[in-house]
Amino acid sequence: MSLALRLEHVSFAYAHGTPVLRDVELEVQRGEFVAIAGPNGGGKTTLLRLVLGLERPTSGRVEVLLHRYGYLPQRAQTGIDAPLTVRELVGVGRVPRTRLFGPLGHGDREAVREAIDRVGLTPQADRRLSTLSGGQQQRAFIAKALAGEPELLALDEPTTGVDIEAQEALAALLVRLRDELGMTILYVSHEFGAVEHFVQRIVLIRERVVFDGAPSALPGVWHDPSHVHA
Amino acid sequence: MLDLEFMRLAFGAGIVVGLLAPAVGFFLVQRRLSLIGDGIGHVAFAGVALGYLLDFPLVLTALVVSVAGALSIEGLRARRRTAGDQALALVFYTGIAGGVVLVSAAGALNVNLFQFLFGSILTVTRSDLFVIASLGAGALALIALLYRPLVAVVVDEEGARVAGLPVAPLNALTAALAAVTIALSMRVVGILLIAALMVLPVIAAARVAWSMRSTIVISMGIGLASVLTGITTAYYADLPPGGTTVLVAAAAVLVTETISVLRG
Repeated sequence: MSLALRLEHVSFAYAHGTPVLRDVELEVQRGEFVAIAGPNGGGKTTLLRLVLGLERPTSGRVEVLLHRYGYLPQRAQTGIDAPLTVRELVGVGRVPRTRLFGPLGHGDREAVREAIDRVGLTPQADRRLSTLSGGQQQRAFIAKALAGEPELLALDEPTTGVDIEAQEALAALLVRLRDELGMTILYVSHEFGAVEHFVQRIVLIRERVVFDGAPSALPGVWHDPSHVHA
Repeated sequence: MLDLEFMRLAFGAGIVVGLLAPAVGFFLVQRRLSLIGDGIGHVAFAGVALGYLLDFPLVLTALVVSVAGALSIEGLRARRRTAGDQALALVFYTGIAGGVVLVSAAGALNVNLFQFLFGSILTVTRSDLFVIASLGAGALALIALLYRPLVAVVVDEEGARVAGLPVAPLNALTAALAAVTIALSMRVVGILLIAALMVLPVIAAARVAWSMRSTIVISMGIGLASVLTGITTAYYADLPPGGTTVLVAAAAVLVTETISVLRG
């Protein structure tokens, strides 16, 4: 495996705010499936945004050696009121891989169809997003990210508001994507119990990296959510 | 009615604006910037006043000043130094105040500013129509060409940024298109009412559309129908065409909302 991204002595504070991250060191290899876990306010989302280039570190260095990113933000939803079909949403995800002008070509339409098929939404492709369940909407957003053929897939609290069945389906889908497409996956979640069964590595963040290793090596006391939230 | 040249010119200008205003308005409404049209309209007023002062073609000065105002609002908003509504308020009031001062300086306070505030489509000339049709067609062609990236930014601005799309230039383009639409629409519905023609057909269309693309197409249809119905009604009932057009668009919102409620 080769290096996908590296954070060196990264600290971050919002303007006039207290530090969110302090001296974070992290390396992720290509094809790794990493959960970034920790309490709310611990800096997980900020870390993800730093990796994606949406924020700049106050100090330290963020180096990402991958070029195409797919991003599923927290409570992923479109910013629009107008009706939007699954196919239209996924088509939006294809835009970065095409020329800016003109309609989608045949190959791009095929890539959109494949992305929808990969997340199992082919029967719902022309339905309005708002008519789908929370889990289906979440898969539609993943298809949007996949349509751009990302090397890095970053998901921020993707299981918020979806039922257990949908959470398990999502986990299985992500594992399959990693295995079939060799994608590097960063999965942010405040409840690592939901992710520890299917990721290779958990990074526990509470301003700093307080744990980094295989889920099986996680100290028993940290499986107790009250410890993490303390 | 159509054997009168001023009516033919009015319908010509109305058709362009009826199609263009909702097409641009769609992107503003979806970005929660429905009122930006109002703000740019007030800046356009300053442009009209500048035209009086410099004795330049008024559409031209309105166009230049509106584009500058729209880009300022977008720039302030994008840098997050000012919240969107505050940026709008700053440019909005500066525009209207600047307009009053400039009109006064030009000694033109006694001219009929009413035609710019509420429209005067029946006074559209052949050269006006040429400018409106050519710039309007250019703006529509640009929207058609850049439809996918414009939509990508509207649907998920942060996602578009992560994916490497040129988000800031695309947002600036949307603002500039709004400014061009407003400058071209001054004669049709007026500075104070143009925002309505950009927003109301989109709101109406979203109630009955089944996809994003159909929302845009239906809103352009409603915009066109509003202008044509508005001008025709105004002609026969001796009403102001701008106000009548906007009332028709508002009625379209009520109709589609009712359809949406009845459908469940």
